[in-house]
Amino acid sequence: MARGWFLPLAVLLGLIFLYSPIVSLIVFSFNDSRLVTVWGGFSTRWYTALFNDAQILGAAWVSLKVAFFSACLATMFGTLGAFVLVRFDRFWGRLLLMAMLTAPLVMPEVITGLSLLLMFVATENLFNSFALTNGLFPSRGVITVVIAHTTFCAAFVAVIAQSRLRDMDESLEEAARDLGAGPVRVFFDITIPVITPALVSGWLLAFTLSLDDLVIASFVSGPGASTLPMVIFSKVRLGVSPDVNALATIIIALVSVAVITAGVLMRRAARQRMH
Amino acid sequence: MSALSDNALWRGTARVMGVLGIRGRTLVIAIPMLWLLVFFLVPFLVLGRISLAEAIIARPPYSPLWERGPDGALHIIATLDNYRFLLEDALYRNAYLSSIRIAVVSTAFALLIGYPIAYYIARSPEPRRSILLLLVILPFWTSFLLRVYAWMGFLRREGVINNTLMGLGVIDEPLVMMQTDFAVYIGIVYTYLPFMILPLYANLVKLDDALLEAAGDLGASPTVTFFTVTLPLSLPGIVAGSMLVFIPAIGEYVIPALLGGPDTLMIGRVLWDEFFSSRDWPVASAVAIVMLFLVVAPIMWLQSVQNRRELD
Repeated sequence: MARGWFLPLAVLLGLIFLYSPIVSLIVFSFNDSRLVTVWGGFSTRWYTALFNDAQILGAAWVSLKVAFFSACLATMFGTLGAFVLVRFDRFWGRLLLMAMLTAPLVMPEVITGLSLLLMFVATENLFNSFALTNGLFPSRGVITVVIAHTTFCAAFVAVIAQSRLRDMDESLEEAARDLGAGPVRVFFDITIPVITPALVSGWLLAFTLSLDDLVIASFVSGPGASTLPMVIFSKVRLGVSPDVNALATIIIALVSVAVITAGVLMRRAARQRMH
Repeated sequence: MSALSDNALWRGTARVMGVLGIRGRTLVIAIPMLWLLVFFLVPFLVLGRISLAEAIIARPPYSPLWERGPDGALHIIATLDNYRFLLEDALYRNAYLSSIRIAVVSTAFALLIGYPIAYYIARSPEPRRSILLLLVILPFWTSFLLRVYAWMGFLRREGVINNTLMGLGVIDEPLVMMQTDFAVYIGIVYTYLPFMILPLYANLVKLDDALLEAAGDLGASPTVTFFTVTLPLSLPGIVAGSMLVFIPAIGEYVIPALLGGPDTLMIGRVLWDEFFSSRDWPVASAVAIVMLFLVVAPIMWLQSVQNRRELD
């Protein structure tokens, strides 16, 4: 195999493939022309337009709220589920819990979205069929999207938490128990601090997944609670539009800064641990 | 937290639970279990039940589960008509088949492109390795929808590729790339390439150099070494990466909707249209149930087999 040039060339082409659409997206966000791919001079008018677009700003706020609450809830349920599966060998329904905590990873989004929506509609009808509970069911909106996102994000958190719980030194927990700590105290004083890095990664992953989801949110959301991906999708479905380029540039800039900072911090922490 | 776990509130809660006969362990198990039962399992039962209903013009747009007959007896209304409809209509059969074809082809391309990249990163010395890994992962953290959108600007008639090629004089007529299956392949490979590279990298980085040296010392050429040592040893990475690309690709909605043409049939898109455009909830449910059995069941089975093998 011509190792000399083949592999570097493949990597170079791969990186060009990964980055050239993103670079062109950024370049044309500063384009003065409405024709997204014909250069008409430098301009920041699409950024001005973006910051005056109440619909996009509102949707971004909805998305951030949904992602924050979903990530917190998903971290809680995912960690508890992972803890139960790793630490308790035998209990009624263990296999069922394992299946329900893994299945969302492979479930097509259209199925998850449709089935949750049908459940919400059926429950709402059930509520409304009794005089006592009529109208008590929350209407579709932020709450239903948070529930949907929590459920599928918890599965991703559980994967990360499970591997950390398996790797961690169980003698720490045993030592705490031997010294007289109750199970609740062991969990909060030993287990949680030890697996915190995994919980942080899980929370970040859940936050990103929730922020990114279009399909599930489209099914379970209601009027007045459109998330950012839903608004972007309805815009780009009709063709390219320069203010979406501006929005994409801002998101890419924020994410790049966050990921690179996290990477540098983690490297530094790893180096400190080695010394 | 220690103050919290010692205080009176906790002890009070523990006493109430003791009186009710609930142990702490049960409660800890019950929290995730109940959430998933209510918001994961029950929705599938509702889905299955509505796939047996008839579409009617009402709110909600499907027939109720039971009806009181003139004699006052309860009659359960369930019909297999929706499934019969799926079987008889070639559209659905073709959609299932073409989803599988598109997912298989995209996975193969992702493997061909991803393998050399993963190999090179795994064999790189340290500072370069981390930087390349970061470069591969970075696009994954940015919005999936916006990355697909980026290709719309690239592939369309007046897009970057056509403008560049025409400017260079390579082509006279713009190439038709948008709204074709080709664009869907590009979109899927592009979106899921990091999912292919990462498991391959994780596998290849563990490859023992001594094995490659031994093969070389015994007279194997680098090509022979690759096909008889490296490739077979990286099979778990290949399987993991391929699954991570194939699974999301098969139910994909966004990529065929934005990059594909009207004749790009994919089952996720058919389900979406059935629900949002035709508003036929029972047929959409039946499409989802069939998809569950055709696509998800084999994957779950494969995973459980793998889990069992790991336990042994």
